Amino acid sequence: MDKRLLQDLKKLLGVDMVLHRPEELLLYEYDGSVETARPSCVVFPETKAHVVGIVELANRYQTPIVGRGAGTGLSGGALARHGGIVVVFSRMNRILEVDVENQRAVVQPGVVNAELSAAAAPLGLYYAPDPSSQKACTIGGNVSENSGGPHTLVYGVTTNHVLSLEVVLPSGELVRLGSQAVDSSGYDLPGLFVGSEGTLALVTEITVRLMRLPETVKTLLAIFDTLDDTTETVAAITSGGITPAACEMLDGWTLRAVEAYVHAGFPLDSAAVLLIDIDGTREAAESQAEEVAEVCRKHHAREVRMARDARERELLWKGRKNAFGAVGRFSTTYYVQDGVIPRTKLPQTLRRITEISEKYGFQIGNIFHAGDGNLHPLILFDARDEKQLRGAVAAADEIIAFCVQMGGAITGEHGVGMEKDRLMPLIFNEDDLDVMRRIRDAFNPTGLLNPDKILPIKKGCGEIYARPIPAAGSAPA
Amino acid sequence: MSMASKTISSRLPDIVGAAHVINDPAQLSFYEIDQKKPGAAVRPGSREEVAEIVKFAAAENLAVIPAGARTKLGMGLPPARYDVALDMTRLDRVIAYDPSDLTLAVEAGHSLRQLLGLLGDHRQFLPLFVPYLSRTTVGGTIAAGVDSPLRQHYGTARDFVLGMEYVTGEGVLAKSGGRVVKNVSGYDLHKLMIGSLGTLGVIVSVNFKTFPAPVATRGFVATFEKLESVVEMRHSVARSALTPLTMEIVSPHVAELFASEAAARISSGAMPPNVISPNHWAFASGYTGNEKVLARYEADYRGMAEELGAVNVTVLGDTTRPPAFSRKREFVPIALASSPAATIMKISVLPARLKELLLQAQRAAESNSLAWAALVRGIGVIYLAILPLDRAEQSRAHVATATNEILAAAVKLDGHGTIPWAPSEWKGALQIWGLERGDLAQMRKVKKVFDPHGIMAPGRFVGAL
Repeated sequence: MDKRLLQDLKKLLGVDMVLHRPEELLLYEYDGSVETARPSCVVFPETKAHVVGIVELANRYQTPIVGRGAGTGLSGGALARHGGIVVVFSRMNRILEVDVENQRAVVQPGVVNAELSAAAAPLGLYYAPDPSSQKACTIGGNVSENSGGPHTLVYGVTTNHVLSLEVVLPSGELVRLGSQAVDSSGYDLPGLFVGSEGTLALVTEITVRLMRLPETVKTLLAIFDTLDDTTETVAAITSGGITPAACEMLDGWTLRAVEAYVHAGFPLDSAAVLLIDIDGTREAAESQAEEVAEVCRKHHAREVRMARDARERELLWKGRKNAFGAVGRFSTTYYVQDGVIPRTKLPQTLRRITEISEKYGFQIGNIFHAGDGNLHPLILFDARDEKQLRGAVAAADEIIAFCVQMGGAITGEHGVGMEKDRLMPLIFNEDDLDVMRRIRDAFNPTGLLNPDKILPIKKGCGEIYARPIPAAGSAPA
Repeated sequence: MSMASKTISSRLPDIVGAAHVINDPAQLSFYEIDQKKPGAAVRPGSREEVAEIVKFAAAENLAVIPAGARTKLGMGLPPARYDVALDMTRLDRVIAYDPSDLTLAVEAGHSLRQLLGLLGDHRQFLPLFVPYLSRTTVGGTIAAGVDSPLRQHYGTARDFVLGMEYVTGEGVLAKSGGRVVKNVSGYDLHKLMIGSLGTLGVIVSVNFKTFPAPVATRGFVATFEKLESVVEMRHSVARSALTPLTMEIVSPHVAELFASEAAARISSGAMPPNVISPNHWAFASGYTGNEKVLARYEADYRGMAEELGAVNVTVLGDTTRPPAFSRKREFVPIALASSPAATIMKISVLPARLKELLLQAQRAAESNSLAWAALVRGIGVIYLAILPLDRAEQSRAHVATATNEILAAAVKLDGHGTIPWAPSEWKGALQIWGLERGDLAQMRKVKKVFDPHGIMAPGRFVGAL
């Protein structure tokens, strides 16, 4: 890369805040996906003025910029596909305001998701979107990816909780989108920018809604002897009158892997379990938990356990949230997929995943947000074997194609990034993509920001785009 | 006949059939917006026809304004140009409804009331209990971006619209989002369409997440002498563990509006007597659950209201709640019908600033000798109806002064405001879209992508977009 750009960046940020030696860049080649890409340099701004300065330099030297939070992303969104400057927001990690009266917080993009809820908890509030990586991932990253999590079933994903954004456009302009109060008039720009995967702007400040901590949370573990009973229960619960705060499913293989690691008390001989949270007032949560338990029993649950106290509840959830780590004990690498289907299509989709697992000869674990039909098949493979990697990707593609066939989508919460841009034509035609492309070009006209993400390379390449073979993926947090 | 009209009358029948093109000036009065009549009205029967019409309009530089039941076309600035009225009411099919999946895809021209009826058969609903409910269409509701009392619990359309199909200002049929409840595939372009007043394109179909219908709903109303107390009641609930379906503050004088003949015509049933009063502020909240839950809400609400010195407390049940709820829902049309020059502001502030803003609004209205009434969503949205006695020059001047003061006060309190409804001939004198803002340049970029020729409802939106 241009030596003068490096010098200018060092002048702007300080010598220590610019990494460029190959050994320093190694860590930033990865995220939580199976993709890799090496940046030319990595920089750590501390202020919005730094971010503006970086964007101005990138413009001057015509070098791509890619924003990055904690690097826990699962679709290559924070990887520098064509090299360039990776802007890591870890130093912009201050919670600027927790406004109890108005139930909102103003944060810098590098604030870790769980830390915001931890800061708000003594005040009786929390931040609802809770990705499994919440102990590491940042709010800025969540905004870029429109992240979800287990507890978004009733409370919604990131976009439903963002009121306002301050962003730096690729032109270097600092702009505020939305407003502190609700219903900003005009076009819903925060709605467009949340989930735009860093292709429209770099986010420098975020105002989010905080929720009041519920009075009561009831956690149920429903244990099933067949997968079909489990998935039918999910459909029965969600279409009934109650929307649980969370409704997670772990299949037999996954829960055995988790149990060996976390000792959460998951039954080793079952086909699957549902982990369900019901929250609200004491009266509502108690009666609804009983109703949900009844639905589980009606669908042949072998047993329905209700956590007796916070400790038991936390243990069950620890099992869920550490599942990826548990799987890591069985396989050095695995490919986390992310597909969505209508909830009633869960039975046939899980059956299809089993067939695909057998066809390719990979163990596939299923641990996912069953309540909203958001699947996360974990494909276990050995990344040192190129043939296996190719096979894992092919198996994943087949699963996603089936989701689309069921009326679903190619990603529910992990993003398109550089993992699934080539799959976009499965759900969008050229006209759909063209409008998206023009919106991107209106804000990011020279492709300076996170180039070649989300949208497949222009017409004709969509179907024939040959996937490069990525190196081994790392286990996400 | 103008050039534009000639072009229109020769081409539109080819696209939709002569029976669905209206050229007769008398009939075209029906399509008037802010006293502007279009050159023609056209009633497409399919999304392909919509695309054809817009493509033709773009080529001929004709301004198109899409509409459904025409209930909210008074919102926004008067159109700069208006050649073709695009009447969407023939696109009224349910494309897919899967009750077990709680998802729905419906064409834009479908009646919202009928849709709610269909969902009700499956014990489901959409939390879109919006103004003009008996007449409005799905597309019109979404394009106007109106909210509902139920937003307290369910949010607004942006929280439960899953995807859309639309025709851009170039006549391109495109879509974004999908039909699943969680989806991050591509840009959420459909969010831009919500509240865009047809200035980006034509919404042809909308995908929704549906919800299980609440059973056994009650309403709690407490009246207070003072604004301070009613706002404090709202804060007490917000601090509590309760999660009501609706939570609103009703100003003095709303009682007269709700008791009016217009209210009886627009909403349903008779307003139960002595629930709210002309001289008091009222807190009103709906909640749902089994008997135990209902009892808990009532007990907690009574405790809070008593502590704050409520004048009167009422619990509304199965027969008394619907008339009261439907009046809250229809606050805007009821207010519009109650004055020859009703001007309605929508002001958003942080909840902690509600009291201050309401005091300033009250002062601004009264110092300009203007009658007023307000319905306030607990989340921090104020619908302030200013109700002059006539359309005289002096009234206009008073309204302009009062609204300018209130808009400035809102901005000073970190909020913002607009004037969605005002008499057509006053719009030039009022700051319909509020004070200047920092993100207008970004909105222009969006407009240019969707409508590069500037033919979609030109001039109606923020910054005259």
